[in-house]
This record gives sequence, C-alpha cells and structure tokens, in this order.
Amino acid sequence: MITEEATRVAPVPAPPHPAPDRPRRRRSRAWDEAPRWQIYVPLSVYLLFTLVPFYWILLFALRRPGSTSLVPWPVTFEHFEKVWNEREFGVYFQNSVLTGVATLLLTTLVALAGGYALARFEFRIKRGFMIALLCTQFVPGALLLVPLFQIFAELRMINSLASVIIAETVFQLPLSMILISGFIRNVPYSLEEAAWVDGCNRFTGFRIVVLPLLRPGLIAVGSFAFVHAWNHFLFALMFLSDQSKQTIPVGLNTLMSADSVDLGALAAGGIIAAVPVVIVFAFIQKWLITGFSAGAVKG
Amino acid sequence: MAQAAAVAKPPAPPRRRRASTAPHRLPYLLIAPAALLMLGFIAYPVISVFYYSLQDYNPTKPWRNGFAGFDNFVHAFTEDPQFWDTLTFSAQWVVVEVGLQLLFGLALALIVNQTFVGRALGRALVFSPWAVSGVLTSVIWVLLYNSQTGITRYLADMGIGSYGTSWLSDPSTVFPAAIVADLWRGVPFFAILILADLQSVSKDLYEAAEVDGASRIKQFWHITLPHLKDAIVLSTLLRAVWEFNNVDLLYTLTNGGPAGETTTLPLYIANTSVDAHNFGYASALTTVAFLILLVCSMVYLRLSKFGGGGK
Repeated sequence: MITEEATRVAPVPAPPHPAPDRPRRRRSRAWDEAPRWQIYVPLSVYLLFTLVPFYWILLFALRRPGSTSLVPWPVTFEHFEKVWNEREFGVYFQNSVLTGVATLLLTTLVALAGGYALARFEFRIKRGFMIALLCTQFVPGALLLVPLFQIFAELRMINSLASVIIAETVFQLPLSMILISGFIRNVPYSLEEAAWVDGCNRFTGFRIVVLPLLRPGLIAVGSFAFVHAWNHFLFALMFLSDQSKQTIPVGLNTLMSADSVDLGALAAGGIIAAVPVVIVFAFIQKWLITGFSAGAVKG
Repeated sequence: MAQAAAVAKPPAPPRRRRASTAPHRLPYLLIAPAALLMLGFIAYPVISVFYYSLQDYNPTKPWRNGFAGFDNFVHAFTEDPQFWDTLTFSAQWVVVEVGLQLLFGLALALIVNQTFVGRALGRALVFSPWAVSGVLTSVIWVLLYNSQTGITRYLADMGIGSYGTSWLSDPSTVFPAAIVADLWRGVPFFAILILADLQSVSKDLYEAAEVDGASRIKQFWHITLPHLKDAIVLSTLLRAVWEFNNVDLLYTLTNGGPAGETTTLPLYIANTSVDAHNFGYASALTTVAFLILLVCSMVYLRLSKFGGGGK
C-alpha cells in the first residue's frame, strides 16, 4: 500500500522542501483501492447467492436417495450411474458434444471469412449487410420454429443433428461476425501489407500475421458458440424426434417433466450438463474479458 | 515476431500485386457463406412468417386454410385476452429482470474491478452461473424451491415463507421466484460486459480527478458512468431482446404456469404453434412480437443517443 502511494507521487518533481503547509490530499485512495470491507462484504453476500444453488445441486446428486442431510456424506455416485446408463445421458452427452463442436467450428470459420471482409474491404453491399446483421438480433429464433421446421423437413434433415447444428450456427453468426470484424480492425493493416511486400499472398499473410493475434478473440467467439449450442434447448427439442438423437438439455427437461420427479437423477443430470461448460469457461475466462474489451462494445 | 521478420528482410523488389481483379470479388466470396446461411435460415423464415400471418393455416383443419387478410391481427388485438395478458407479463418480466440485472451487474463489476486478494478466484466464482443454461438454471432452482426438500423448507423453519406449496406453484410467489432464478444467471452477463469496458478507463482520469478533490462518488458519476454508457446501452438492449425472446428458462421452470401466470408472449406463441397447430395465428403473433421489439429498440437507441450522436 505504502509503496504504491510512494510510486504514484514520486514522478512529480518534488520541491526541495516538501512544504508541510502544501494542501494535502485528504483522501488519497485511488479508484481501485476502495476500503476492504466495501469489497469483501458485498462480494461475500453475492458469493453466497451464487454458490448455494451450486451446492444444492451437488448435495442432491451426491447424497443417498431419501437422505435429508445437508452434507452429502457418505458420497454416492448411484444417481450418476443411473442417469448415464438408464436415462441415456451417455448418448445425449455424445450428441451434445458433436453439436457443440460442430457449431463452434462452423461458426468460427464462416464468421472469420465474413468478419475479414467487413473489416478490410469496402464493397457495395457492406452497409446493407451490416444493418442486416444487426436486424437479425431482433429476430426471435424461438419464434421461427415453425418455418425452420418446414425448411428442415423439405431438406429431409429432421431428426438429424445437422439441422440443430445449422440452426445454432445461423443464430450465432451475426454477433460472431460483428465481434470478429472488430478484432480484425484492431490488427494494424500495415502488418498485413508488410507481409505482402515480403511475398505473401492475402491468405498466407492473414494466416501468418493476423490469425495469431486474433487468438483471444477467436477463443471467446468459439467458446460462446459452443456454450450456446450446448445449452440451447428448443431447436433440439423440436427438430430431433428420435430419443437417441437428443441432446442433454432435452434429456434434463424430460427428467423434470416426468410424473414423479427423481430429484437425485435430475441433479446428477444437471451436473453432467454443466461439466463441459464449466471447463470451457474456466479456460477462457481470462480471454473473455480482454476479448470483449477489444472488440465487442467498441465494434 | 512477424513484424520483426518483415523489417529484417530487405525490401522486396517492386512487384505487381495481383490486386486488380481479386479484391473486387473477394469480399463477396468471403461473406457468401454467411450471407447464404442467413438468407436461407433467417430471412426466408421471417418472410414466410409474414406470409403465414395473413393466412388461416392449421394443418389439423385444412378446410379452413386460405387467405385471411388481417383477421389474425384483428383477433389478437380485439378478441384474445390471453394475448394482452402475455404481452403485459412479457413487459413486466423484461423491465424488472433487465433492470435488476443491470443494477446488480454494474455493482458486481465495480467490486471485482478493484484489486484485492483472491480476485481471480472471486471473479471466476461469481461469473460462473453465466455459463449455465436456462434449462440447468431451472433444474437448480426447481431443487431449491422444492417444497419437501428444497431450501425453501429450511427457510420456512427460520420463519421465512411457509411449508406446503412450492414457490413455483403459488401464483403469489412465482413471479419473484422466477425473477431470482433468472437473476442468478443474468447478473454475471452484465458484470462481464461492464467489467470488460471498465478496464479500458484510463487511470489518469481518476488521478486527475483526485488531484482536483473529486469524491469517489463524483468520480463514478462523471468518469466511470459516461465511459460505460455505450456498453451499458448495448448490453441492456441485447439482454432485453434476449430476455423477451428466450423461452428456455420459463418453459422448463414453470411452463408458463401456474394458471398462465408466467406465460410470456413467445411462450404463448410456441404453445399456439406447436401444441395447437394454429400456425397462421402464431405467425401473426410472431409478427407483432417482432414489430414490438423493432420499435422498442429503435426508440431506445434514439432516446439513449447511442454512440454519442456521432457516426
């Protein structure tokens, strides 16, 4: 603390006598140095609100059926076994992974191409295209279920994961493209031009010079797409009628709307649903915030 | 690295770039995949929704299908009390939910933007519900609100609430109960976006303000808030649209109940189309919802002078 104060004041060339009568700053706290209790008290309250629900689901998933103890001890994994094997969460899990990864790759690739065009070129329909991208944000995906269903039925893609992957990708694309074009604009054009002078063509120049700098942004966008596809519920519910094609959120909904709800199984299923997302989230958290501050709101 | 390499090499001999024709087509080629996907799976469905909104279209009653003019809209606005109920509830839901999320999100972002011991862990923990889906949020809160084994039972032991019915099946408690469940997941969204923008505020501004003797509250009003304005305006709009459209949470948490108490317009539309097969009417309602969103967003962006009135 004290040293920080010192360094902040130090650069100002001090008069030979640090005159005691000089108006001293009465409150010398910087913005990011609020009193400790102003940080820890509200944060603790909020942490409680955040963590109790997580604890509750762990409790139900880990304690034995019929137990009302508030501590999940002795721990049992029978709920997980049951959900994974009898309730086919193993199958749902695979389907969800497939959907999530495919959506991630497709979204990132298509948005990267489009985002590059928007960032680096002037072309006739650019403005119209940008407006169209923004307008899609007002189009409620859930409300387009019926026409989308008809389209996928025409294409004979009902009951195939491809329909869900396409639908998820399409609704991720506009925002991803806006974000990525923002990230690319942050990379100085002169870097690319220098690469061309060295004999790269546009593609290799992009790959060697721009792409590495985009990594944080791409990770943010890609994981966004993955998390969305992993979590989203309605497209899978509507387009996949075959139970063996279903994804995890639909499986959870089935558990929840069963006549007699098995709370332990429900909790275990919820944890299975959360694990990949939590892992992704833990990895990207750092990049997420820098990624956003780089491109998101500034455009 | 790349920059250094570029500098190190001697300048390449002047070389005609094959730039004359390629850039002409290249941007179009690059946006083509995205444009085609969006045309096929957003634009076309939107147009077909507009088209069906003027039709009587119900696969289970084919004899009545045909052009209906504006009948569907007239019916919604004059004869369907449920439409008005769901619309009012949607408005309540969005205003209360997004307002509280913004308030708490801003506070949370300001807190975790400070330097303190355990900040990284604290951030990760308080942001973690953001990653949780609507369905999983429902699962968690169904467990918490369960009247037999949920936390509400333990709260009742302490004199908060009462035994018996779940908070989700009692019409007098279902709204706040659903709001709290959605706050749990929604506050981190705002906090993350606002935090991202907070980090780009120049420290010099605060130091200058401090030298001038501005209190921390004044600093907040005159430096932090103006800086965050665009981020707040945009994230509020996105979140409001999203909260309006999202059906995952309420569909699984309450399924619109009890007694239609928590049915939003999109939920009503989903029920009308998927369960009742009344596609024409559902399309008309969708059109109305879309127009409401569009008008509200325009008004909102105009009122908030997004982008500071510049370009």
